[in-house]
Amino acid sequence: MHCVTAEVIHQEVVHGGYRVLQLRAPDLVPHVQPGQFVHVRVPHMEAAVLRRPFSVYKADGDVLQILYKGVGKGTRTMTFLAPGDTLSLLGPLGHGFPTLQPGNDPILIAGGYGMAALYLLARQLPVKGVAFFGGRSAPDILCVPEFEALGWDVRIATEDGSLGTAGRVTVLMDDWWAARSHDAAHVEAYACGPNGMLQAVAARAQQHDWTAWVSVDRNMGCGVGACLTCVLKTRTPEGDWVWQRSCTEGPVFDSRQIVWDAEGAS
Amino acid sequence: MADLQVSIGALKMKTPVMVASGTFGYGPEYAQLVDLNQLGAIVVKGIASEPTKGNPPPRTFETPSGLLNAIGLPNPGVEGFITEYLPFLRQHTVPVVVNIWGRTIEEYVAVARRLSEADGVHALEVNVSCPNIKEGSALFGTDLDAFTRVVEAVRAATTLPLIPKLAPNVADIGAFARAAENAGADGISLINSLPAMAVNIETRRPELGNGTGGLTGAAIHPFAVKMVWEAARAVQIPVIGIGGITNARDALEFLIVGAHAVAVGTASFTDPNTALDVTAGIADYLDRHGYPSVDALRGTLKWER
Ligand SMILES: Cc1cc2nc3c(=O)[nH]c(=O)nc-3n(C[C@H](O)[C@H](O)[C@H](O)COP(=O)(O)OP(=O)(O)OC[C@H]3O[C@@H](n4cnc5c(N)ncnc54)[C@H](O)[C@@H]3O)c2cc1C
Ligand SMILES: Cc1cc2nc3c(=O)[nH]c(=O)nc-3n(C[C@H](O)[C@H](O)[C@H](O)COP(=O)(O)O)c2cc1C
Ligand code: FES
Repeated sequence: MHCVTAEVIHQEVVHGGYRVLQLRAPDLVPHVQPGQFVHVRVPHMEAAVLRRPFSVYKADGDVLQILYKGVGKGTRTMTFLAPGDTLSLLGPLGHGFPTLQPGNDPILIAGGYGMAALYLLARQLPVKGVAFFGGRSAPDILCVPEFEALGWDVRIATEDGSLGTAGRVTVLMDDWWAARSHDAAHVEAYACGPNGMLQAVAARAQQHDWTAWVSVDRNMGCGVGACLTCVLKTRTPEGDWVWQRSCTEGPVFDSRQIVWDAEGAS
Repeated sequence: MADLQVSIGALKMKTPVMVASGTFGYGPEYAQLVDLNQLGAIVVKGIASEPTKGNPPPRTFETPSGLLNAIGLPNPGVEGFITEYLPFLRQHTVPVVVNIWGRTIEEYVAVARRLSEADGVHALEVNVSCPNIKEGSALFGTDLDAFTRVVEAVRAATTLPLIPKLAPNVADIGAFARAAENAGADGISLINSLPAMAVNIETRRPELGNGTGGLTGAAIHPFAVKMVWEAARAVQIPVIGIGGITNARDALEFLIVGAHAVAVGTASFTDPNTALDVTAGIADYLDRHGYPSVDALRGTLKWER
């Protein structure tokens, strides 16, 4: 974990309002594990006391990339960042995705920035499989050529039918599962996306006995485990529940550990 | 270089800059980012006699130059704290101040007694002012009699330096400061968060899971300066100034109006090294203005124009 001053190298618009921000952060990049995030102090936003969390999209050499969308005051301010600007970066933070158990069959499920959050994992996994990407409309589907170049079989669903199958990504998953031979290997799913998508993945993991790792999105304060803002409800072996910090014990959790009620996981 | 050492009763600190309760965890959380031994003291998150789960999320909400929180004092309980965190803290030279709270006077006394037997606790800060728990602890902060009783009871239960932390939402802060002094406190700290609320106009629901919470951060700093100034004038015991410190200037204001020391809270979230940057800035200021020590600057406010 480091707190560094990073220099903006480049920022470009991808599509659908998403942008890729490239930062020079040589002290931080070598430590990044797939699924971890960085906590960004957005410059020119002195009235904001909190940093903003972003998954690491790419981390190579001394360059770290974030893929983000302007949704509120912090992310909209970030759209003005230009080469040469500097910002404070805290990271890498959190527990990322565990590596695949030997013999398991990996699948990826992503929505929104989840496609970026899964990229490093997709690259690192020793075996490639099917990647299910979902979004509202064609511009929300990101990084497809990159995942395909890594050897993933990318299947797309958009709610308005403008790209791939019309409907939710779960339709694709259910079709894939129905067509799959039942003596095939144990499925290990990795997911990052809207909460409803994660919950749907968790339900299938429960039903079909998959292992599913989900990366949750909780509002964050400190990002390092001190403020207890980012908690979600998780089961204990004794049948009780406890709050766990998504910045520290997460953001990746075993889906069976999460108590998916309105209070704990919405 | 100016002498940065300060004392709150028997609590000796290398520098006047502490980190405030609830904003720095129990120590390990920031240890990779901040050299803990360079801090004046670590005030750990509030500890009660039994473990507590805390409030439902959302637990914090960002406001202009501020932060609204209703964490709800989750904690591992005094035994959990002693076994999980004290061994780590004992490996450091930084003084450890444990912030304690309870729902009843008996709970305050129990946690104070237990911590007094533990190795590695250097002082107790008594949280009477947390607005976020429902069982009525807030009364200890705003009712002068209840406040006096809890401070007297904890005083009788411990020989550790005792620092009641005052609630800001009272009419006469000087009266609470004096009550703490008369009850045998070694110092006082203030302010805790200000009772506050924010509403989401789309859902018409409160932004916090708990409904209401406490406001902290830069937005409350001028209010805190006035409270610290009033409290410091009312008592002889040392005062720790807390509220909205983001830089050395903010901290120096507290010292000039009479505080012996300060604590950095919310600003650690923005920048983990704020407390150490503030320390460096205070040292620089003292040197530039020819003050030989922190104590020499304390209470030098010039009132007349
Ligand atoms: C682990 C993690 C990884 C993330 N990775 C990415 C990513 O790779 N790309 C991307 O575009 N977005 C990502 N997000 C979401 C991103 O953090 C939010 O979009 C961003 O914080 C919104 O800030 P804002 O100032 O624009 O919004 P505002 O709504 O103006 O922010 C107000 C407050 O709410 C908090 N907040 C609001 N929405 C969120 C949210 N969804 N998650 C956490 N805090 C929130 C902010 O931190 C701030 O304190 C991630 C979130 C988490 C928790
Ligand atoms: C997230 C959070 C948790 C806090 N928890 C405690 C606590 O457990 N006990 C306590 O006495 N004060 C607690 N406080 C109050 C701080 O110690 C401090 O008094 C307050 O934040 C004002 O300082 P600041 O403006 O520098 O943050 C908490 C504050 C925040 C923001
Ligand atoms: S964000 Fe502070 S504990 Fe997770």
